[in-house]
Amino acid sequence: MIVRILGEGQLDVPETALDRLNELDGAVERAVEAGDEAAFTAALAALLDGVREVGVAHPADSLDESDLILPPADATLDEVREMLGDDGLVPG
Amino acid sequence: MSLMKRISLIFRSKASKAIDRAEDPRETLDYSYQRQVELLTKVRRGVADVATSRKRVELQVTQLEQQAAKLTAQAQKAIEVGREDLAREALTRKSALTSQIGDLQAQHAQLQAEEEKLVSSQQRLQAKVEAFRTRKETIKATYTAAEAQTRINEAVSGIGEEMGDVGLAIQRAEDKTAQMQARAGAIDELIASGALDDATATNRGDDIARELDALSSTSDVEAELARLKAGAQPQAIEAPESGPILAGEAQAQPVADEEGRS
Repeated sequence: MIVRILGEGQLDVPETALDRLNELDGAVERAVEAGDEAAFTAALAALLDGVREVGVAHPADSLDESDLILPPADATLDEVREMLGDDGLVPG
Repeated sequence: MSLMKRISLIFRSKASKAIDRAEDPRETLDYSYQRQVELLTKVRRGVADVATSRKRVELQVTQLEQQAAKLTAQAQKAIEVGREDLAREALTRKSALTSQIGDLQAQHAQLQAEEEKLVSSQQRLQAKVEAFRTRKETIKATYTAAEAQTRINEAVSGIGEEMGDVGLAIQRAEDKTAQMQARAGAIDELIASGALDDATATNRGDDIARELDALSSTSDVEAELARLKAGAQPQAIEAPESGPILAGEAQAQPVADEEGRS
């Protein structure tokens, strides 16, 4: 599958890595919900590192859509909230 | 739903909304290409703007470093003439400058990182725009309007995501650059307004410099006086050794010369 890290480009990530990435993603989501900036920064860094570790660069001259899109590495909690449509992240 | 998925959906829907869809699907290709080329120009301009800000911060760092070096020299001189109070004052000002310099260096590193990110965004977009151009011509030449629709959608969506990404990168770089410029401007203003004058004026001379100058001119006067006195005494027989220093002193010189020759 193709994962885009905003500001960094697209990576090909094997499906087998998805479980682990979902775990890391869960940690980011919990930090966003808790409004915990420090936990968010750490969790986002871990998620992006996880993706970079297993991913290989997708050819730059391809015109393929990504399956997943992740926030840029220097994103703040507020920016991610904004990306999510500023809905305060109330589930449902 | 996972965070990754939610961001993906929202990002993609925004990107696809931003694409103009023309009545004739083939026109969509041309519109889209036009937008891509515009975005490329914009990202190049963004890179240039960030580079300009970076250079400005670099210049400020250099200016403040020169000033810090000057204050160190002043402190050294003050110690030599036994004025610990002046040395302390110079070093206090230097320490304030040092923290400013540290702050500017951190800004510089951020701008440099931002510049590198934009450059790589530009390269990725450039590669995709090239690919799109090729694909566009193939689609136009090979397929009927009906067949082309699917391929056009694929191509346009694929590049739409990249354009959204690059657009976001430009916006973030602009925001950061604006913040940095505001701070760099504040430092320029401080220097211009004279608030930092004592610590940063390079040409006008500051109060420490004036006091040190006064001290050194006092000690020069004392030294010259001592030489004149010495020149009037018989032991001035040794004066030729220090001849060059006395060369300009009309009164002392002839005495020394006479004594030396006889």
